Amino acid sequence: MDVIYILWLRQMKRYFRSRSRVIGAVGQPLLFLLALGYGIGSVYKKAGQGNYLEFLVPGIIVQTLLFSGVFWGIQILFDKRFGFLKEMLVAPVSRVRILLGNASGGATISLMQAALVFVISLALGFHPYNWAWVPITFLVAAGLSVMLTSFGAGIASMVEDFQGFQGINNFLIFPLFFLSSALYPLNNVPNWLRYLSEANPLSYTVDALRYTLIHQSHFGFGKDLIVMAIALVACIYFAVNRFDRIQV
Amino acid sequence: MIIKARNVVKTYGDIKAVDDISFDVKAGEIFAFLGPNGAGKSTTISMMTTMLRPTGGKLILNGHDVTKERDSARKSFGIVFQDPALEEELTAYENMKVHAVLYGVPAGQQDERIRELLELVDLWDRKDGLVRTYSGGMRRRLEIARGLMHHPKILFLDEPTLGLDTQTRNLLWDYVKKLSDSEGMTIFFTTHYLDEAEAVADRIAIIDHGKIIATGTVKDLTKLTKTDSLEEAYLELTGRTVRDESSEANNGLNVRMGARNSRLR
Repeated sequence: MDVIYILWLRQMKRYFRSRSRVIGAVGQPLLFLLALGYGIGSVYKKAGQGNYLEFLVPGIIVQTLLFSGVFWGIQILFDKRFGFLKEMLVAPVSRVRILLGNASGGATISLMQAALVFVISLALGFHPYNWAWVPITFLVAAGLSVMLTSFGAGIASMVEDFQGFQGINNFLIFPLFFLSSALYPLNNVPNWLRYLSEANPLSYTVDALRYTLIHQSHFGFGKDLIVMAIALVACIYFAVNRFDRIQV
Repeated sequence: MIIKARNVVKTYGDIKAVDDISFDVKAGEIFAFLGPNGAGKSTTISMMTTMLRPTGGKLILNGHDVTKERDSARKSFGIVFQDPALEEELTAYENMKVHAVLYGVPAGQQDERIRELLELVDLWDRKDGLVRTYSGGMRRRLEIARGLMHHPKILFLDEPTLGLDTQTRNLLWDYVKKLSDSEGMTIFFTTHYLDEAEAVADRIAIIDHGKIIATGTVKDLTKLTKTDSLEEAYLELTGRTVRDESSEANNGLNVRMGARNSRLR
């Protein structure tokens, strides 16, 4: 068995052995979906923008990937705190492989959660524009989960404790989410907000999923993919670079 | 010489945690590394086990320089850390399995080796229990079994008996002596229990304020200090004042955190 596989497997076992995590991670996006989808849906329709739930689902899938991916970084802090990181880091294995094994587990978990949110949204009445595009959606989401898990791993490698991670979460992750195009279309927002959203890589990932799921795009699918590819490479580099500097 | 330390230094800013220490450990020897809190024991072990990079000097394990041939050095030793380093959400068997893969034990030998080791530490019956449900003594035994997985030449034990009851402590030292006798394994350990060191160690080094102040057998040390027991000798050498407990934490953590941005590996 390979090192990467066994570390991935460890993450999966951990996950399935604590069911509260499964529910906890899906709960928040579900709440957004219900409260916003139904709450704002009627106003949205009156404003002549169409079906808000359809518009919202891609954003909520990104939200699921964002929060569960970045939060997965806490796992690294746990491993630091409870010693298992030492066990991994003194093994005759490169840190890149250690990171890859663990982070691929984290990415798989967040992807599964996003899939679950997708299935729930179907039950709530969401219709993908074309089912043939759903596998492509899955691929885009997979890339996104790797990107966001790496981002979380990089941040967790930089902070010393849970409080620090929490602080980053409040000052970085929430703004990233709210200043993306996940919750509202960018067509009619004030310019300053539009500029901020356009500078936010997350907007392009939302836009990509919106294209594959409901065939709407603000930036164009090609541009979305280019921005995502750059962000993916940057996040992986960030994670490897920071993880390599952890001292236990 | 299976362990060679030459002029090893570790500084954090202005603080010298380890100040120019040199020592040798012979193959097959049981070597105790003693010293008050904050003397530099854990820092030295961290450097020997590739977790910390020395600021200066040379550390050779089984012929491999720990900074230049890290992976070869890592394959040469097993370690039981001061604090538990197990994955609590996995079973004992799964913990062993992860370790076997990390250390490249061939797939065909893994199961047999795991069984052999878990039987050695009397945990085979409980192999499928989550480590979360294990007592402190069971965890220690599991960690020792794990540390032996890849037939290391050297076993590092950093305060292995801390918090264990007398029965488990005796059992643990019995294993360790057995391993040293039967496999010729070199054992390098730290402890605050001087009776353990006196009973088990072939040779002892005493470190204080980052410097090694004496090395030798129990006899050498008692002779040197004109005392009757290791404890007396130890107190004679390191003084009777109580050390600031937090200084150990400083060496291990706080100072490192403070210095971490300026002097990363």
